[in-house]
Amino acid sequence: MKKIRLPLDEKIISGLNAGDRVLLTGIIYTARDATHKRLTDCIKNKKKLPLELRNQTIYYTGPAPAKPKQIIGSCGPTTSSRMDEYTSALLGKSLKGMIGKGDRSKEVVSAIKKHKAVYFIAPGGCGALLSQTVKKCDLVAYGELGCEAIYKLEIKDFPAIVGIDCRGKNIYKKKNK
Amino acid sequence: MRIIKKDKIVEAVKNLCIKSNFEIDKDVERLLEKAYKEENDILPKEVIRDILKNCSIAKAKKIPMCQDTGLTVVFVKKGEGIQVEGGLEEAIREGVRKGYREGYFRKSIVDPLTRKNTEDNTPATIHTSLAKGDGLKITVVPRGFGSENMGKASMLDIGNCVKEVKKFVLDSVKESGGNSCPPVVIGIGIGGTLEKAALLAKEALINDSEDGRKNVTVKKLEKDLLKEINKLNIGPGGLGGKTTALRVTIKTYPTHIAGLPVAINIGCWCHRVQTIVL
Repeated sequence: MKKIRLPLDEKIISGLNAGDRVLLTGIIYTARDATHKRLTDCIKNKKKLPLELRNQTIYYTGPAPAKPKQIIGSCGPTTSSRMDEYTSALLGKSLKGMIGKGDRSKEVVSAIKKHKAVYFIAPGGCGALLSQTVKKCDLVAYGELGCEAIYKLEIKDFPAIVGIDCRGKNIYKKKNK
Repeated sequence: MRIIKKDKIVEAVKNLCIKSNFEIDKDVERLLEKAYKEENDILPKEVIRDILKNCSIAKAKKIPMCQDTGLTVVFVKKGEGIQVEGGLEEAIREGVRKGYREGYFRKSIVDPLTRKNTEDNTPATIHTSLAKGDGLKITVVPRGFGSENMGKASMLDIGNCVKEVKKFVLDSVKESGGNSCPPVVIGIGIGGTLEKAALLAKEALINDSEDGRKNVTVKKLEKDLLKEINKLNIGPGGLGGKTTALRVTIKTYPTHIAGLPVAINIGCWCHRVQTIVL
């Protein structure tokens, strides 16, 4: 199991191979459907993004509300393919990591290769387990979107698997060969 | 005529919503434990280990197993001799509202076109049927959309019915890949009309053993499909392995001489079903 410190850099990314099991520690940002639409609209209209994407990692999740004294509610990954149409634009802004579940489109795989990024898979449906790795949660933007807002999460030893590496190797394709 | 008070239903539905999101369906838990023993490779084994760990954390700490606490599907079997004081639908709506608020569950229900959130996870999707007697059976099924989105209905050709159904099911499961959080449970509805097949698929998904008389063809098809699905090597988390599906359940209903309606409803491993009889 490789221990990875976020934010990512070129050296870390090039050392990751599809199928590697990793534990992620550091900062990630949550974003799913509605947020992706807003972020890419910002890019299209040349408006300022509400966060700096350079070298950052986005986690596709819409957490359940936190109970009193809880940092975050259940927060497992959502289906990544719904974010496919927005992904190239974000990678163009130097986003380097994504965490979600399920396979990605051909276009996304090429964009990951082109921009030297990485796609991680988190255990699907394991929102209770993953919530235990979140040490801090702060609202960054789009609070009105509720669970779809952008939250900055500080995570420790978040378990994931490298799904698509920076050479475009894809674990979902590998297993069929 | 037996009269049942609205408050009793509100309380029951609330409790079912909460329990179902904290505790995995017992049969699915048993099947997951069995699958854990059967998988040999590290990745699929680890996925199932995480799932089982997730379930015990959720139960102990009262955290929803999955953040997608779902669209609440409610099946009601209402005895002909029972009357609900204050309205059944309103009672269910209030029960869901309370359950999702008190459980700190995600409110995931929006207008289908404007996408405006209703903020209290209502309305539930309710299916009511009549039964003899004066009992009231309520089953709550929170449906996460990672797997619900992978469902399908189709009007197939009647040439070779079994073959057509098999192809439809296998193609649908293949297409869903890792999106539906495998290992999955599968409900298949065959017969009736388009909407009847879809409803049968949902009923099959919850695997209510109460009305379980099946003919040999159906039993064989369930067995064959489970075997063939588990040869697809989609596996736990979509990472390859022996266990793509834990269970395949089929429900049939007579249909028209010219047609073969069929529907598949895929459920993630996080299968949530809780029932009460009032």
